Amino acid sequence: MEDIFNSILLKSAGISGDHPLAPVLSGRNEIMRLTQTSMGAVLQPEPPEGLCHSERAALACRIARLNDEELMASYYEAMVPENSEFKAVANPAFVELHDQRLRAILRYTDLVTVDPKRATESDISALKEAGILEADIVRLSELIAFLAYQIRVVQGLRLMSDAARRDA
Amino acid sequence: MNAKPITKFTTVIPVWEPRVTPVKLNEASQEQLEAMKATPSDTGVGAYVLVLAHDPKTLQERTPLFNGIMYSHGGLSRSETELGAVAASMVNRCIYCAAVHASRYNQLTKDETVIEGLFDAGEDTELDPRQQAIFNFATKLSRCPSEAGYADMKQLIDVGLGMDEILDVILTASLFGWANRLMHVLGDPIASE
Repeated sequence: MEDIFNSILLKSAGISGDHPLAPVLSGRNEIMRLTQTSMGAVLQPEPPEGLCHSERAALACRIARLNDEELMASYYEAMVPENSEFKAVANPAFVELHDQRLRAILRYTDLVTVDPKRATESDISALKEAGILEADIVRLSELIAFLAYQIRVVQGLRLMSDAARRDA
Repeated sequence: MNAKPITKFTTVIPVWEPRVTPVKLNEASQEQLEAMKATPSDTGVGAYVLVLAHDPKTLQERTPLFNGIMYSHGGLSRSETELGAVAASMVNRCIYCAAVHASRYNQLTKDETVIEGLFDAGEDTELDPRQQAIFNFATKLSRCPSEAGYADMKQLIDVGLGMDEILDVILTASLFGWANRLMHVLGDPIASE
């Protein structure tokens, strides 16, 4: 059995196997395991298709920062090779001016991460017009959406852990 | 079909009209069929699943994860799980998800007043303390960045939720951070005829 306490999720939340909440997390062992395998599917799929692994990791880092989640951001940033052309993407202040494809991807990533309710048909059209394949639009959306989930689980677990500690 | 998308919350489940061309079942790869748990002759596969089949590796993991959070035994009750899903869907204004989970909440509780209040008055609605604590926490965790803090967690504990139930509140609200970002972004909710 895979050890859920070695996952980026529970490590980021600061919950180890000897934490008072460990039995509660073990009660949702299968969900913790599937969270980890989902992460593999959105960040490091083989083949990577239209979004290479460094681009995916850099976007994940950017999304984490947009959520004020610096610990997870540093984990994702470490997955972006030093010489990668996507290194700058990890910084939410970075705006692409020239490359139409990357500009459309960053705009979409920021919008769907921060304010998904404002997303409209035209935001999907903008990706298509920038030459992004429909299958890659779905892959990008899954990456953004998964990160929204994973980051919230970590942040919620930290609050839970904090409460358990203050109670003890 | 050029019907205008619904923009108001409703408990009548809309039709979901994709903004991305769905995978055609008779052209789907073996990997896509397995991720959809479908055969090429299936007629019941919805547009949403066919859109997500563009990324079969993620769909394959996501489906059991979704079902595990929503329908596992133990922990938070089914109706309170639905309430958490509604809270997130309201923050993200996912009309489709809100309709599905609000109507399930109503079926499970046989009480339509809670959802009516939420859809009319939003976060200002008066709920009983336990519902209030769950709705409040799920709402704040759904914002970007999350606004949930120690006081919101304390509220869950003070109204009597166990740690296993609190874990489920976190998982459900977070899961809809994922689901809403697909459903609301990749398609439009259209009134069913």
